[in-house]
Amino acid sequence: MTITDEAPNRLGYRQFGVGGFTFSRDEYFVTVEWPTGNHQMPVDHWLRCIQRDVAWGFFYGIVNFDSVIGTMNHYGTVDMFAGRFNEAYRRAEVDYNETFGHDELLGCFKAMLSDWTNEGYDPFAAPLETGSAFGPSSGSNDEAVTRRRVVADRMVSVPGDEPLRSDDSGFPVNRAFADVEQGEPVIEATPGYEDELCSFNLFAYLSRSDVTWNPSVVSACKESLYCPTTEEFTLPVIHGNDRVEWFVQLSDEIQWDVEDRDTGAKRARVIMRAGDVAAMPADIRHTGYSPKRSMLLVWENGSPRIPEMIAKGEAPVHPVDF
Amino acid sequence: MTDYRTVFGSLEDYAKGGVQIVDDDPKYYAFSNIFEVASQAAPYEKIAVGKNLEYVLEAIRAEGTSEWRATPHDEFALVMDGTVRIELFDPSAELVDPSAGGSVTLGGEPEGNPMGTVTAQRGHMTMLPAGKAYRMHCDGVGVVLLQTIEGPDTVFRWADICQTF
Repeated sequence: MTITDEAPNRLGYRQFGVGGFTFSRDEYFVTVEWPTGNHQMPVDHWLRCIQRDVAWGFFYGIVNFDSVIGTMNHYGTVDMFAGRFNEAYRRAEVDYNETFGHDELLGCFKAMLSDWTNEGYDPFAAPLETGSAFGPSSGSNDEAVTRRRVVADRMVSVPGDEPLRSDDSGFPVNRAFADVEQGEPVIEATPGYEDELCSFNLFAYLSRSDVTWNPSVVSACKESLYCPTTEEFTLPVIHGNDRVEWFVQLSDEIQWDVEDRDTGAKRARVIMRAGDVAAMPADIRHTGYSPKRSMLLVWENGSPRIPEMIAKGEAPVHPVDF
Repeated sequence: MTDYRTVFGSLEDYAKGGVQIVDDDPKYYAFSNIFEVASQAAPYEKIAVGKNLEYVLEAIRAEGTSEWRATPHDEFALVMDGTVRIELFDPSAELVDPSAGGSVTLGGEPEGNPMGTVTAQRGHMTMLPAGKAYRMHCDGVGVVLLQTIEGPDTVFRWADICQTF
């Protein structure tokens, strides 16, 4: 059971617990406690982090919520940790790690999102596009926090696969992409091949995304997955890679801070503008800043061989040797 | 209400970013720019700008008409600049080993049935289906980013295209 108190606190919020961790919130902050310590984070930031962890199924590798708290995916089980990737916490021996079944931790986060997200606040939205996460409990926004993640089998727009977005389907063009061309490609199919000639306007599709920092799969070449996403403000988590990951900047600009995955020591800043391509090595962690809503193509290798290669130390740390 | 301007790149107008090193090797980031790579490429040269095990992203300068190619698996062509017309063909015989990776060039015109054409502009993504043949045409100069698997014609030129200092 992940709800530790039957009765909500005086602000109307329930307390949650999983294993040795307990989570409580007040008007502004989330307090996390574990057997060797405790930690606080602003609640809007916390909700943005666990929203991504839930949407991504704990994603690839490590999802640091900040320099102390985070999760590490083992693709079946998942670690929740405090201070594990913080040199000072490890040195002081107050770091803590506990392994859970994927569904157990996911269930805890989902219940927390539902109870702690107030009406009018959307953890997926950019700050300029949503209400406040603060204050006493006030309604809910389950429609926003349970969005279905787009995962195309072959490609968006292929018959039977993920559909296009439109005003009618509830995806208006975002205010920051009002100037993006909405015309679709011209398809002239020979009779009998209408379902096999497939093409769509990816940039228009992305201009209608209603979420930020939430990669979704639009095309799959076997295990090669195109996971574009629209970005505004900051990536709420610090993503610690367990494999090489590639970025293609499709529009505008994102600046990335890159740190050592295990110690947090700064390694580089990566400035990406339209047309730029860069890899994130497998031994770093990174977070990004997008001052204007931008289009980013995240390119992932979803091969089921990779977790085993990672476990055996066979996955390449750097993208290419030259 | 704020007026936003979305900035896309093109062969004529791109502003490359870069890696600012604090304590690392810039080569680890394999940083390049699709438009810069295409501006220095031969027509329809398939230059890898990304590689993840056997999978690659290829930057292609579309100029004139390409050779016919057959692909053993789905590929996806994203036009990044220009207008590119893609012809698709359903061959009457198997042209490429279905277990192979990457497309192969055909000696001439394939035999079979024309499937039709797609005329794609910037931002348009087209599926090049497994087992079919295709060729591209661009009246001017365009740029295509291809999601595919490393094949016999994939060109690796990392030292020339990536930031090294």
